[in-house]
Amino acid sequence: MQKENVANVANYLTYKGKHKGLLGWVLSTDHKRIGLLYLYSIMTMFSVGVLLGLAMKFELLAPGKTIMEAQTYNATFTVHGVIMIFMVVIPGLPAVFGNFLLPIMIGAKDVAFPKLNLLSWWLYVAGVFLVLSAVIFGKGAPDTGWTFYAPYSFKTGTNLLPAIFGAFILGFSSILTGLNFLVTIHRMRCPGMKWSKLPLFVWTLYGTAWIQLLATPVVGITLVLVALERMFGVGVFDPALGGDPILYQHLFWIYSHPAVYIMILPAMGAISEIIPTFSQKMIFGYKAIIASTMAIAFVGYLVWGHHMFTAGMSGTAQYYFSLLTFIVAIPSAIKVFNWISTMYKGSINVQTPLYWAVSFIFVFLIGGLSGLVLGSLAANVHLHDTAFVVAHFHYIVFGGTGFAFFAAAHYWFPKIYGRMYDKGWANAGWLIFFIGFLALYTPMFYLGIMGMPRRYYDYLDDFHGGNILSTFGSWIMVTGLVIIIINLIRSARKGPAAEINPWRGKTLEWTVSSPPSLENFDEIPVIAEDDGPYNYK
Amino acid sequence: MYSPEVTQASNFVQGVDTAFLVILGISFFFLIGLTAVMIYFIYRYNRKRNPVATQIHGSTKLEIIWTVVPFILTMVMFYYGWLGWKPMAKPPKDAMEVTVYGRMWNFSFEYENGKRTDTLYLPKDKPVKLNLVALDVLHSLYIPAFRVKQDMVPNKENNFMWFVPQRVGTYELYCAEYCGLQHSYMYSYVKVMEDSVFQSFIADTTKVVAADIDSPIATGKRVMQNIGCFACHSLDGTKLVGPSFKGIWGAEHTVVTGNETRKVTVDEEYIKQSIFDPNADVVEGFMKGLMVSYQGQLSEDDIANIIEYLKTVQ
Repeated sequence: MQKENVANVANYLTYKGKHKGLLGWVLSTDHKRIGLLYLYSIMTMFSVGVLLGLAMKFELLAPGKTIMEAQTYNATFTVHGVIMIFMVVIPGLPAVFGNFLLPIMIGAKDVAFPKLNLLSWWLYVAGVFLVLSAVIFGKGAPDTGWTFYAPYSFKTGTNLLPAIFGAFILGFSSILTGLNFLVTIHRMRCPGMKWSKLPLFVWTLYGTAWIQLLATPVVGITLVLVALERMFGVGVFDPALGGDPILYQHLFWIYSHPAVYIMILPAMGAISEIIPTFSQKMIFGYKAIIASTMAIAFVGYLVWGHHMFTAGMSGTAQYYFSLLTFIVAIPSAIKVFNWISTMYKGSINVQTPLYWAVSFIFVFLIGGLSGLVLGSLAANVHLHDTAFVVAHFHYIVFGGTGFAFFAAAHYWFPKIYGRMYDKGWANAGWLIFFIGFLALYTPMFYLGIMGMPRRYYDYLDDFHGGNILSTFGSWIMVTGLVIIIINLIRSARKGPAAEINPWRGKTLEWTVSSPPSLENFDEIPVIAEDDGPYNYK
Repeated sequence: MYSPEVTQASNFVQGVDTAFLVILGISFFFLIGLTAVMIYFIYRYNRKRNPVATQIHGSTKLEIIWTVVPFILTMVMFYYGWLGWKPMAKPPKDAMEVTVYGRMWNFSFEYENGKRTDTLYLPKDKPVKLNLVALDVLHSLYIPAFRVKQDMVPNKENNFMWFVPQRVGTYELYCAEYCGLQHSYMYSYVKVMEDSVFQSFIADTTKVVAADIDSPIATGKRVMQNIGCFACHSLDGTKLVGPSFKGIWGAEHTVVTGNETRKVTVDEEYIKQSIFDPNADVVEGFMKGLMVSYQGQLSEDDIANIIEYLKTVQ
């Protein structure tokens, strides 16, 4: 009976338009279908990235050659980085959950430019194939690291150009999504949806969209310059041609540091939705969280130099970048305080999304606090370019964005598919994943403090212990991951039908059917004066 | 490698470790405190114990407190970081200077009197300034026990680091900036000795190559080990980034000269040219531009010894 119910309602999943089957998806301009297209493509690339990561950890299980040669290892960490950064965490939450939920959360039928939205996904796919072509064809996969630092990126004989063009096109995908979201949030809010009533996830998408729009062109230009230099010998970055490799680092990080906030802001937004819902309580300090979002988006532009403390900048630049790095930490701290205060005197419903959200706060704290260590000039001298940095950014980018992604997936799953997942397996998967995550990345902090440089194919015996633990951790974590993903895939097809509002949330997406109809709302909703996204009275 | 037993190995250890420990202490306080509060809330305000939530909008007072307190704490962290870093930028005028050459994938060290070594030898308690020269790509000189690290940037002027070694001993020295295939094998050691021992060591310029080796063949091999030839050229026929040395003497190689492909026989002239102008003739199947010239680093005697040694690699 329930199954038939799901199938008979004309929703966005079963809707039949001009095209049938797969074409009905890859040519659909519906924001929800595009959101799912992103979900499937991102999860595919994520799986590839995870397999490469596993291979790297396996190689580091013992000193010397374990399973691969140095050249393979160097290519593996490069491709792992390019995939995870440009194809998984940067599009990540905005492209999947932003696309799916942004219009519904502001009471709109779609984004402002649905065709542009579809073009963004196609650009994403084109970028992915270009990068992968660099791996498959030519003189071997790129081996420069995802940072493409000059002048090694000019010396290497590997097939770098397709990877660079791929990253360039992925950047355009990101810019167009940002532009689309900005216009949507400005122009498409339903009557009564004032800025002061926007859900916090929408606010973080707004801050993120500005960064995507303003920062991404910088890396685009930089990658074009690298390509010109490689093809025609225009000397911009290569000292052999009179260029300046430090200039490359500046231009690269002017984008790539704000990019970290592209990754983490929507993650914070998702957590800001989940915690009030499961506490059945108004979010604590709504305006403070918005202010901190915008502060992060703005100050995040001005701290890129902290990636270059040992590169030989002037003393003044060092002080400036270190000081601002400490200041940008404060808005993140404010968010954490507000999230925890939201739980105070709540009526807490402990469910899978909350496990993810709470463990997000824990790993995000570790990631953020270890970032303070690296922001300190003196401590940075010792720890820069060591395993400590690798641990730090995996705690932020994987621990932060990754945990929030799974929190969001388990939170909005019943809305997206109209079905509920098996909560027992979901919780078991979370626990195993969480333990594995800690075992995988925590030893890297220790290894970094001991002085093990990063991007090392081989290491001295002194570093063996920490590496063994880390590799074991990777196995545990992947076990959890497999459980989580199988459970979600199975439940999307066979799970019991979900209610409209299983978690008793207050944002607009919980007022529409599960899964939503093609145009989300039969009638555009009107927000009354005393309504609000977290109005639990 | 960093080790708790080896404290104060250089004059910067204290500054770096203080900055690190101040942040670590504050971080642990907040991590444990906030996690404990969070877990307590989940327990105490679980919907079984607290079926109805109390709605609280927020508190301006609290927001101000938890903005100002972290601000003050981070400024304290910044201060210690600045304090520990500031002296690293200003080397004393009387520091002993050593020039460090970094190339794919080894370090070599040249002292004021022209002596060259593959290990960094230093006198205890004397300030030393290392002038960093990167010959090909970015490298980074990192001595964990001394808490010093500085990127080596090709063509960069005034690229240096300085410190005072304060304990006799041997410490690892790594390349910390990814530099290609053999990056993880680009490491060496710092040997800190009593000043008197160092003086007699440095005065003896014949010790560039270990003194007890007298045959040209052994000397040639030692020279090649010192400058790191075997990182890219194997002795057993294995194909690395450069052609193997196995059976190289008298062999016929197909090389690419400019755009032309031609055959050459490996003789004295060819070996010498391959060392001083490695990109003139590149053996077919290998990359151009990976090896940089050793001009000025090897004497005619060194070359002669290298040739004697290569004749024996069969």
